[in-house]
Amino acid sequence: MSVVPDAARPTVARGFRLQWEPAQQAHVLLYPEGMVKLNDSAGQILSRCDGRRTVTEIVADLEHTYRTSGLADDVRTFIAFALEKQWLELDREAQLDPLCDTARNPP
Amino acid sequence: MSTNPPGPPLWLLLELTYRCPLHCVFCYNPVEMARAEQELSTEEWVRVLREARALGAVQLGLSGGEPLTRDDLEEIVAQAHALGYYTNLITSGIGLNERRIAALKRAGLDHIQLSFQDSTREMNDFLSSTRTFELKSKVAALIKQHGYPMVLNVVLHRMNIDHVEQILEMAEAFGAEYVELANTQFYGWAWLNRERLMPSRAQVERAEAVTQRFRERVGERMRIFFVVPDYFERRPKACMNGLGSVFLTVAPDGTAMPCHAARILPGLDLPNVRDASIEWIWRDSPGFNRFRGDEWMKEPCRSCPERHRDFGGCRCQAYLLTGDAANADPVCDLSPHHHLVTEAVARADARDRQAPVEERPLIFRDHRRAAAPPAAAET
Repeated sequence: MSVVPDAARPTVARGFRLQWEPAQQAHVLLYPEGMVKLNDSAGQILSRCDGRRTVTEIVADLEHTYRTSGLADDVRTFIAFALEKQWLELDREAQLDPLCDTARNPP
Repeated sequence: MSTNPPGPPLWLLLELTYRCPLHCVFCYNPVEMARAEQELSTEEWVRVLREARALGAVQLGLSGGEPLTRDDLEEIVAQAHALGYYTNLITSGIGLNERRIAALKRAGLDHIQLSFQDSTREMNDFLSSTRTFELKSKVAALIKQHGYPMVLNVVLHRMNIDHVEQILEMAEAFGAEYVELANTQFYGWAWLNRERLMPSRAQVERAEAVTQRFRERVGERMRIFFVVPDYFERRPKACMNGLGSVFLTVAPDGTAMPCHAARILPGLDLPNVRDASIEWIWRDSPGFNRFRGDEWMKEPCRSCPERHRDFGGCRCQAYLLTGDAANADPVCDLSPHHHLVTEAVARADARDRQAPVEERPLIFRDHRRAAAPPAAAET
């Protein structure tokens, strides 16, 4: 599983839709002719993947919401899993981010 | 009768019309469809959408027939989208032009599945009994242009399964992201034509090997699903995840069914959305409760440890092959009727060896030829 850069801004992939389903009391991820019912933490993470927030910001937001700390590894692991599943995608800029960072801020 | 209330009808399939410009020999639509000409109005479809959504329906299939023959398709999509459905259009592509695809996109259509009969124009036109191949190529391009994933569905059978490589090459040329190679399931028109459509075991094995090699070459770029024909299996498919568990189909005339082929089941009292609410239909109607749970099962299913995995297979297949919908699906090798399946495959194998087999003409789906309902237990 690849490492997701902290500055990446994951977003729900094209053709997928995330929504809350009252009948199932769960977030679901909808895609062509299929559906994944998400558990609570997966739903909370994916619903913050809006293409605007970075991974760092998503972690901070979750830690703030749940008044806890040390979520970073779990969140990164799940985001990497969701990227592999192609539920999430990264915007083009973010994918190049490590390189851009180096270019912008030479060590 | 189940004691627990059913879960939501997560999958709603609206067969908006049985009208279709094609005449496919493998169509699962009922062969007596000429009786079902009284299609629901736009308002009636929207009521179905609203009521099913309130029960938790979320995946919507818009099918037929050819759904594009309904000129209110865009309006139905818009209403469904506003209600929160994920909307899937299942189409032959006939009638999909620049104007309509743009309107469907605006209405919020999420997904288009385009069906193809074959990769060669001659075979495609022969099997669908019309000249549509070039038009479909254009439609495939339109779908990509409008930002939809290109999803191709090709129904396989004896006459085209040897062309799997060309079919996959065509899909690649169209930039398809998903390809479903769906072997014919034998209901409706396909049941009538079973002897001509059934591939031999050697054909299926070759097609699977070709598919596997193709997958290795293209990798993640194109995902290929190969749906093995269930006659070649030893355990039945978990058809509809059990009747009345997640699927709700509404036919053009408003008949509500727990599976799109269920109309053939004798004695199954199918409700109509014109007479009853979706809530009553789903939760309380006898037709939807008939095959819920496992009380209806006979041996060998009734005491089988796998009965909650495959639900005894397909009720329609059990009926068509054995004459009793409550029997085990004969695809299961525990079924006392399993020989009906293996014999059908053996006849298909025999045809490969040019053994003398009685030839049956293909019966093209045709509104004007309102055939009698398929006889049960025909072998």
